[in-house]
Amino acid sequence: MSESTTLPFEKKSVGTSPWRVDGIGLVTGSAQFTDDIFLKNMLHAKILGSPHAHARILDIDTSAAEKLPGVVIVLTYKNVPRVPHTTAGQGYPEPSPYDSFMFDTKARFVGDRVACVAAETSEIAEQALKLINVKYEELPAVFDVREAMKDGAPMIHDEPDADGIHDRKHNIAAHYDVEVGSIANGLKEADFVVEEEFETQYAQHCPLEPHVCIGYLDDNHRIVLRTATQVPWHARRIVAQCLQIPVNQIRVIKPRIGGGFGSKQEIILEDLCALITVRTRRPVKIEYTRREEFIASRTRDPSIVKMTIGVKKDGTFTAIDQRVTSWTGGYGGHSLTLLTNVGSKTLPFYRSKNVRFWGDSVYTNLPVTGAYRGYGATQGAFALEQVMDMIADKLGIDPIELHKKNHIQKGETNPMFAALGEGKEGHDNPIQSCGLDECIDRAAAAIGWTKKHRLYQKRDPNAKIKRGIGMACLMQGSGIAGIDMASARIKMNEDGSFNLLMGATDLGTGSDTVLAQIAAQVLGISTDKILTYSSDTDMTPFDKGAYASSTTYVSGGAVKKAAEACLEKILKVAAEMLKEDAADLFCENAAVVSRKTGKKTPYPSIIQRSLYGQNQFQIEGEASHISYVSPPPFAAHFAEVEVDTETGQVRVVDYVAAVDCGVAINPKLAEGQMEGAALNGLSYALCEEMVFDQHGRMLNPSFFDYRLFTTVDAPKIRTILVETYEPSGPFGAKSIAEIGINGPLPALANAIYDACGVRMKKAPFTPERVLAAILAKK
Amino acid sequence: MNLHVTINNEPKEFICQPTDTLLDLLRREGYSSVKVGCSNGDCGICAVLLNGRTVNSCVVLAAHCQNKKIDTIEGLSKNDGTLHPLQKAFLDEGGAQCGFCTPGLILSAKELLDQNPNPTDADVRDALSGVICRCTGYVKPIAAVLTAAEEMRKAKGGTAA
Repeated sequence: MSESTTLPFEKKSVGTSPWRVDGIGLVTGSAQFTDDIFLKNMLHAKILGSPHAHARILDIDTSAAEKLPGVVIVLTYKNVPRVPHTTAGQGYPEPSPYDSFMFDTKARFVGDRVACVAAETSEIAEQALKLINVKYEELPAVFDVREAMKDGAPMIHDEPDADGIHDRKHNIAAHYDVEVGSIANGLKEADFVVEEEFETQYAQHCPLEPHVCIGYLDDNHRIVLRTATQVPWHARRIVAQCLQIPVNQIRVIKPRIGGGFGSKQEIILEDLCALITVRTRRPVKIEYTRREEFIASRTRDPSIVKMTIGVKKDGTFTAIDQRVTSWTGGYGGHSLTLLTNVGSKTLPFYRSKNVRFWGDSVYTNLPVTGAYRGYGATQGAFALEQVMDMIADKLGIDPIELHKKNHIQKGETNPMFAALGEGKEGHDNPIQSCGLDECIDRAAAAIGWTKKHRLYQKRDPNAKIKRGIGMACLMQGSGIAGIDMASARIKMNEDGSFNLLMGATDLGTGSDTVLAQIAAQVLGISTDKILTYSSDTDMTPFDKGAYASSTTYVSGGAVKKAAEACLEKILKVAAEMLKEDAADLFCENAAVVSRKTGKKTPYPSIIQRSLYGQNQFQIEGEASHISYVSPPPFAAHFAEVEVDTETGQVRVVDYVAAVDCGVAINPKLAEGQMEGAALNGLSYALCEEMVFDQHGRMLNPSFFDYRLFTTVDAPKIRTILVETYEPSGPFGAKSIAEIGINGPLPALANAIYDACGVRMKKAPFTPERVLAAILAKK
Repeated sequence: MNLHVTINNEPKEFICQPTDTLLDLLRREGYSSVKVGCSNGDCGICAVLLNGRTVNSCVVLAAHCQNKKIDTIEGLSKNDGTLHPLQKAFLDEGGAQCGFCTPGLILSAKELLDQNPNPTDADVRDALSGVICRCTGYVKPIAAVLTAAEEMRKAKGGTAA
């Protein structure tokens, strides 16, 4: 433990790494993902995407397509309800604009949905798409946010029925600004000011399972959607909204999911599947191809982040100013919240009396951006942590010292927590656990920081291959304070096992296992006695969904409470059986034991009495949970690189990521989250970039042209879990799903600077960019 | 056309179209462990063993497999449920996250261990390089393969490296 506090409980299931509860299925191939059921009579649907980045659809003639044998239905703007909505799966009412329609009379990016065909086979559907005759009027397109905001730029959302757009004429989907204290005064007080601008790129999540949804009617003609989603309840609500039917007509089932990383926090296929199912009375499947996954699902928003920090000679900050302009693409699903998260996850990190956030999220005619692991914090950390390195350099001190001097500590809060939340004011967030100093110290020791930082260059200034080392500190959150709620239900079976029915959405992270461990810890049993069933809108209680690093912390809180409610009933029955006071009883090894007399009764006896014996009832517990704080996990990332100064190639030699995760419920899964996020971040920092031509067409929509790191590219990543006790979390836990992806951009940029003295202000750090920077410096 | 193949040591006969890929065929016949990742031979999600060698089944024509032996992960564990050491090691080490790429990783590792019972870290990286995993950062899958190799050597009574 990083802090002297001893845990207020004894670790049993918590703190272990048992086999995943879904593990056997995953390693034997029997796990059932969305597409792994085979329904009779199933239709296959394909979507026609716009070939133009910006065009008015004057008319669509589908008659030839409809005549093609095997075609069952063709959907266009002409035959579907026109309901303004957002595709972003967020709490209701959603904070971002209602600027999307199932089909519109305008295409706003290459690949934008124009029509959909359902047919007997996917080949026929594909063929039918070619027979649809669309009359387009091409419009001037705009691809850069700086151009899109200018007077007279093409107006991307001119439809009168869209709602909640900040400034249509300047294509600003969302804007937010807030100032605490006075930046002007703060900058006057500074001994020096560092002002720098940074820019990140378009990138895609690349879950190996693409978006896929299967719709069918149940016995009572209700719509069932079996879908790869992170947000089953938001999916149900938004589909109901689009089809203008009550939610009671829809059941959403989330099977096993092949990764999401934020991309599946979006309602992209479910509305079409539901409508085709209703209209044809037949099952239907829509599955994105890899190309569609790149251009027509969701992406990471490129952002321009300008940081201005006023610094005193003693290393304290007098002003921190952040100005953000980000690409929302053709639609603004996550525009406002992605924007504010750049600031809300970085600005409260370091002390300053004067802090300002100013941001615009801007429409362009490029693919739609959305939630992606890190959610704006990635872009914010890239800027802030490089500026921290620059400030340390100017002060002539070790960046470790600068971080330790300024970062938020346990017992402190920051006015920006309350000033800047989820697209609006937030909640005060006093820090009750912070193991960042230990993260820094342990990671620095592991990588050998003090023997390397700023020393390589001195050792061999003329080397062709130069080594360097860099670091960055990070914070994220655990769920969205005051908004996101989760619930769970636990019922006891007659052999002493339990069904854990929860809304929480395991998208491959292992949350079913983590949550089962929390329940097992409360109930004094082994994790394998907990049978999990998650995310089915008919069968399990509500959960906000898997996003914003919320599942372990928020959903875990609900599971813990539900297990406690269940235990209370177990103890009550046991008290009757043992003729003792329930207050004297506790559970241990699947039995209830008396503290007073040592008498015990095993779980099967208790539940058998409850189901068949006396005063019969189902022993169960149900609970909901919401938190008004969002305790940040903290992390320190250290990277060592080699830069080939003749080619610009950067090779990561060593990478150490230390994270304050609160109590690690399942250490192996926690490490897995860090390792996966860090590698995704490394791949993003060094090579991942969606490239577009001058017409807005993506040039590299395949894994052949859009390279992801494989085993031979991946450096060895070392993870250090620094445990603290977070009093507001279930058994002291915080959530750490996202934080790890934010480190590689700044840590590598700082390492490249250490190696060869160039500042990489634009990502990714491809050989071309690095070499250009090296040549420019000469 | 009629296709005779051996899948997971069972002789099978299927009727298939000349245009069917091995991936189409396997999924149609219920081998749903073989997943669709890119349909372009780029990601390794649909990897199976064809006469003991890993192939991306999305870019192999079913017709090409006449009289050949195919292994999917469904055939790796024993009928009594006993797991292959690779499967057990993936569970022990936390090598599977979402699990979508796990069959491809495990089958690629099996090909390696069948030929080289004593692989180095670099050997393992090389063997798994055809499969993209977005969840794990490859740390735990690589550890799992090395652990399984050691377990298999021990079971054979050989000496550890």
